[in-house]
Amino acid sequence: MQEIFNIFIKSIFIDNMVFAYFLGMCSYLAVSKTVKTSVGLGLAVIFVLGITVPVDYLLNEFVLEPGALAWVDQSFADVDLSFLSFILFIAIIASMVQLVEMIVEKFSPALYTSLGIFLPLIAVNCAILGGSLFMQERDYQSLAQATSFGLGSGVGWFLAIVGIAAIREKIRYSNVPPALRGLGITFIITGLMGIAFMSFLGIKL
Amino acid sequence: MSAEVKEKEPLFSPKNLKLIKNPINLSNPITVQVLGICSALAVTAKLMPAIVLSISVLVVMAVSNVVVSLLRNGIPPRIRIIVQLVVIASMVILVDQVLKAFVYDVSKQLSVFVGLIITNCIIMGRLEAFAMSNKPWPAFLDGIGNALGYGIILIIVAFFRELLGSGTVLDMQVIPDVFYEFGYKNNGLMILPPMALITVGVIIWVQRYYTRDLIEKN
Repeated sequence: MQEIFNIFIKSIFIDNMVFAYFLGMCSYLAVSKTVKTSVGLGLAVIFVLGITVPVDYLLNEFVLEPGALAWVDQSFADVDLSFLSFILFIAIIASMVQLVEMIVEKFSPALYTSLGIFLPLIAVNCAILGGSLFMQERDYQSLAQATSFGLGSGVGWFLAIVGIAAIREKIRYSNVPPALRGLGITFIITGLMGIAFMSFLGIKL
Repeated sequence: MSAEVKEKEPLFSPKNLKLIKNPINLSNPITVQVLGICSALAVTAKLMPAIVLSISVLVVMAVSNVVVSLLRNGIPPRIRIIVQLVVIASMVILVDQVLKAFVYDVSKQLSVFVGLIITNCIIMGRLEAFAMSNKPWPAFLDGIGNALGYGIILIIVAFFRELLGSGTVLDMQVIPDVFYEFGYKNNGLMILPPMALITVGVIIWVQRYYTRDLIEKN
């Protein structure tokens, strides 16, 4: 139980998707102009990561890993399908995003309209595929660990995008050198936020 | 050289050359179009992985641009994203296997970032914006041009981070020992991830200072 909680905290603060691995930077930079839209996108990312990481974990455990197919028949015990993981993971992600889109549209039309185009775009957000690939690389031991890693990374991404959106709303009133305006200053602020987040590295879990 | 270009005029017409030149500065994928930042920053602590990743992106982009451009009339618009993803993902699997076979150490350093070429927005973006509506040859040039623009930024960032952070270039020491004896120290901060962002921020600053058209209105 404590182990699961540790993974959750670690993936929010220490291994933050944005500040430690730069994943999902494209939508992070493009959608962080106002706090409101960034909250919507952040929630959608938490949701999708929370679903796809466990699903990809099961896929990895029972289909892709070397010897994972042993449950079908003993003769498959030495089959290694791990080279297929990219294409299967991205297929799962694309179909999950499609599914989430349909569910949200059916049960909460208000949320659906407020998320708009961002929902389908999550399919090509590198944070999502990155979550699944890190899960595979770090070799989590149980479904619960994988789920808490997925949710934690989502929450970390949410915090990052809401933080930068709030700063960008304020920085509109300050006098930035012309050539640095917009994109340039956003990069530098993100770098400074990243340095601030590095102070969490000292936490031993 | 110029004679050769002249003979192949239709292939390297000024319009086609522009497809290669523009993305390197005026519409650079990283500093202007803001595409493909994700994988660009994490691998730039050393020069070698940055070069390998740039070459991988170049290959994936050129080939998948051509493939999608050849298929463009046969892809139903509703499922085009999935078709594009499948084309890219198969190319990336190939590149990943080649890297694992020939440069295993670098492939270990790149870890998940080879896989993340799939969701690299440059590739999806160029497929969607260019390859879907153009012939294979211009699509090929566009792919090469954008991948070069991407690679150049990667290599500049990696060069400065490796030089200032570890005092080496391509793992060869360039800062003479005399400097260290006089108390010069490598700046450990440059190796840390956040400095990649700040370096790109500074590159954008310099580029926009010289190319005034790119400055954003507040």
